[in-house]
Amino acid sequence: MDTETTILDRKTSSDHATLADKFNLDEPRVDWHDKTLWFIRKKRDKAASQLQEWEQLRAVASDIKNNVLANLHTYLLAFERNAQQHGITVHWASDAAEHNKIVHKIIEKTGIKQVVKSKSMLTEECHLNAYLKTQGIEVIDTDLGERIVQLAGEPPSHIVLPCIHWKKEEIGELFSHHLGTPEGNSDPQFLTAAARIHLRQHFMSSRLAITGVNFAVAETGEIVVCTNEGNADLGVQLADVHIACVGIEKIIPLRKHLGVFLRLLARSATGQPITTYSSHFQKPRKGQEMHIVLVDNGRSKRLGSADFRNALKCIRCGACMNTCPVYRRSGGHSYHYAIAGPIGAILAPGLDMKKHADLPFASTLCGSCSNVCPVKIDIHDQLYKWRQLLAQNRKVGITKRVAANTMAYILSHHTLYTFAGTAGRWLMKYVPFIISNRFNPWYKQREMPKPPEHSFARWYHQNRNFK
Amino acid sequence: MSSRDHILEVIRKNQPKGLPLQEIAFSDGEPFDKISKFTTVLESIGGTVIPINEWGEVEAYLNQRFSTEKRWVNLVPELRNLAPLADFTEDPHLLENVMVAILPGHFGVAENGAVWITEELMGDRALPFICEHLALIIRAENIFPTLHDAYTHIDKSQYGFGTYIAGPSKTADIEQSLVLGAHGPKSLMLFLITET
Ligand code: SF4
Repeated sequence: MDTETTILDRKTSSDHATLADKFNLDEPRVDWHDKTLWFIRKKRDKAASQLQEWEQLRAVASDIKNNVLANLHTYLLAFERNAQQHGITVHWASDAAEHNKIVHKIIEKTGIKQVVKSKSMLTEECHLNAYLKTQGIEVIDTDLGERIVQLAGEPPSHIVLPCIHWKKEEIGELFSHHLGTPEGNSDPQFLTAAARIHLRQHFMSSRLAITGVNFAVAETGEIVVCTNEGNADLGVQLADVHIACVGIEKIIPLRKHLGVFLRLLARSATGQPITTYSSHFQKPRKGQEMHIVLVDNGRSKRLGSADFRNALKCIRCGACMNTCPVYRRSGGHSYHYAIAGPIGAILAPGLDMKKHADLPFASTLCGSCSNVCPVKIDIHDQLYKWRQLLAQNRKVGITKRVAANTMAYILSHHTLYTFAGTAGRWLMKYVPFIISNRFNPWYKQREMPKPPEHSFARWYHQNRNFK
Repeated sequence: MSSRDHILEVIRKNQPKGLPLQEIAFSDGEPFDKISKFTTVLESIGGTVIPINEWGEVEAYLNQRFSTEKRWVNLVPELRNLAPLADFTEDPHLLENVMVAILPGHFGVAENGAVWITEELMGDRALPFICEHLALIIRAENIFPTLHDAYTHIDKSQYGFGTYIAGPSKTADIEQSLVLGAHGPKSLMLFLITET
């Protein structure tokens, strides 16, 4: 236990605070990262405000997801039965290792050595690519952003925008190195065209395609996959074998519920009214083999926890990341987990509490994540509960910090949140609601759009005493 | 115990009590002009909407924009003169050189500019994704206000594969600069039949 007691105080080479500090060495870059994500958050706001019934949609989506959690057993069985009736082979994997083995076995049977894969956070969670590599199989990620980070040997830093931390000049350099584009050309149009040609070759030659799944419908046994690029479809429609990997929580009861979720997903993610393609796969193409791998990996266990089960409602839109002041200023990689940001910070400790003990502290508990979440997950409440749980389990060392329930830890820890210079001004500019969240002892209101100067001064003064 | 049975057993034990599903009822505020909404939204996401009164206008438009030297694939019976109706027994990879694909859609959705199309209208599932440019044709009366209306219409129908297509394929992965034509079609033309 002794080693564990100090886990949150120790700055290991891989904890969030240290990684965030590293990210913050380049201040103009951090500002740029921050602004880019804030821009996407604003697009989301605009899209949401254009639907009069936005809040009603969120409430209904949340209700449906609560119903799913309460009836998951029945829905999974119905989904399996319906999918099988349509000629799809359904597999079940208890954990990441079993998932990887199942996928490998399917590939092995075909003798195929190179496969294409569209975006799937589940396969990131399971480290599928790395596993298949050890088995001599190369996975080509076909989402442009994912391909960029793959060529760079990195994981995605955002669940919807995998290379949001990359500048175009760097991508130009990367492509020049890997795809042979002319040096110094960093025009997004040009680079995208180069990637199109590069990946088209892989679409044309790969006989096996792996995809993620956005929604799996119990009633019909169909799966829905959403992309803007069309990469999931190009992969699948040209392949002899389609493997779709899906977390068991992605089930929704009825086809018509897609109306609710598809209205929310893209608007929350990027402010688009819908993704370019929302493809419904109900049966394999004639002559095609189709597999669905249902993956648990800790989900069924989480279902038993009243405090944390709500995180299973997540539809992976990324809105909570775009709005998070800490995510925007620390970058996705500082979370050292496949899913970054607020949702990652409540999912990761459920898988490995010790390894991810730092993540629930990577938050100001401002509550903005919960406010934007399309399925109304109580993200910031869960962050707080994780802190309490971690404190209980680790006893000494951190208790004080946890007790200082607002931002003591984060404010005292790194350059990111010091109240000097640009960071301080930034905090006030972008997260005024920080002073009105319910963990804040001084203000009770839910939202205070334009806090007067003296509120900040008072708040700042009192917070400072935490140090 | 198999993984399947084990997972299901844990779920059965752990799932909370919940409320039954509610009926979904949405009506998005004031009634709006579906056609103009559909047009505005689709154009805002990179599509081109071409209202037509007669089939000849499709031909005129496409002939002006695309070389007839290249490969066209047509699935709209009324446009047989423009390009013969294609049949699909071939390997989908052979569709790689299609310059223009002309397909009928089932309906459009005003709130998001999407067109619903299922397998039997595509000829080959790969076609709407692999072609260089995609032309879709729907009737103006077949535009629904929202996705809820769309699913009410789709109801329990069976399809091997169906998809909403909303504009041309696109990406903004490089510094959030929008580029049309990521992997799929570089342009999407939507012919809207208003009268015939
Ligand atoms: S927690 Fe909510 S906001 Fe965050 S990714 Fe999931 S659904 Fe989106």
